[in-house]
Amino acid sequence: MRRRTALGYGATALGAMGLTLFVGWWRVDGPGAPEAVASLPIPLTEMDFRLTDHEGQPVGPETLVGRPTMVFFGFTFCPDVCPTTLSDISGWLDALGEDAGQMNVVFITVDPDRDTVEAMAEYVGYFHPAIRGWTGAQDQIARAAEGFRASYERVPTDGGDYTMTHTASVFLFDAAGGFVSMIDYHEPREFAVPKIRRALEEETEGAT
Amino acid sequence: MTKLTIPMLATLTTLALTSGVALAGSEDVVVDDAWARASIGVNRPGAAYMTIRNTGDEAVTLTGISTPLAMMPEIHESKTNAEGVSSMAPAGEITIAPGEAAELAPGGLHAMLMQLQQPMTEGDSFPLTLSFSDGGDVTVDVPILGIAARGPEG
Repeated sequence: MRRRTALGYGATALGAMGLTLFVGWWRVDGPGAPEAVASLPIPLTEMDFRLTDHEGQPVGPETLVGRPTMVFFGFTFCPDVCPTTLSDISGWLDALGEDAGQMNVVFITVDPDRDTVEAMAEYVGYFHPAIRGWTGAQDQIARAAEGFRASYERVPTDGGDYTMTHTASVFLFDAAGGFVSMIDYHEPREFAVPKIRRALEEETEGAT
Repeated sequence: MTKLTIPMLATLTTLALTSGVALAGSEDVVVDDAWARASIGVNRPGAAYMTIRNTGDEAVTLTGISTPLAMMPEIHESKTNAEGVSSMAPAGEITIAPGEAAELAPGGLHAMLMQLQQPMTEGDSFPLTLSFSDGGDVTVDVPILGIAARGPEG
């Protein structure tokens, strides 16, 4: 009797261990694994999404083709990373001087519930005038993020509010819509400005 | 019970108010380069930055912050992972070793000011009180710079 009980416990323990291993496999390597973050954005010409800019105009990836482009994701309720990114970009644009006028610079919100067209208009107004703010329906934001291989997630906070995690890199495209490079968050400006110049030069090459 | 509690509370409050001088540790804390970004209205949380230096011989632990400007001020930390995804979470207590400093700077540790009681207006300033584990407090006056400010110089 005692021995059977012990065997029973053993079997249960083994079973539990097996289940744990299986669940682990399922979530990490198996069908339940999160989709690996694909490395590079697809060309703008292959993306498909419909958004609205901060002046209420309909926009999409095709709006950006024809000029070099800088795109980044964020949200206006973000107190730290997003204003820092917007300030950095404003600084890069200042460093580029007149060349900045040849670029599309777009801030796409990952929080369209709070970031209405009006909220985006007010927010981008505090930064470099070249920066455009795009918002729209949740599913269209999701399609845009998918094209750029950006990710974001809504995270509840203590006060019953929520914040967003999101890709903080800045994506650079040439005038033909091809991905050139990305500027990682906190990359020193001495790296960022030459990268942007490269995207601008590819436009010149494409034109000749 | 009530008779005992009220004087006790009064004593504790007095202690808390004077503890910057009375207790060891936090009196050696020096705060430099405090600044904050202006806010748009009161719905969005604000952020403040500073360098908190421990000039003493013993470690000090920052346990919390308070300010009349915000109902829910808290030290938060932004992190960006290998995939370039940024997230933010409460930083918990921060221990500063003797001679070391805690750097509250954009993209890292920051004083997150949730539930603002009034808009943060460029050119204004507000008091922010840092509380330490020895019971001591350090209050600093934080100047409010523009929304696009990148550092204490603007």
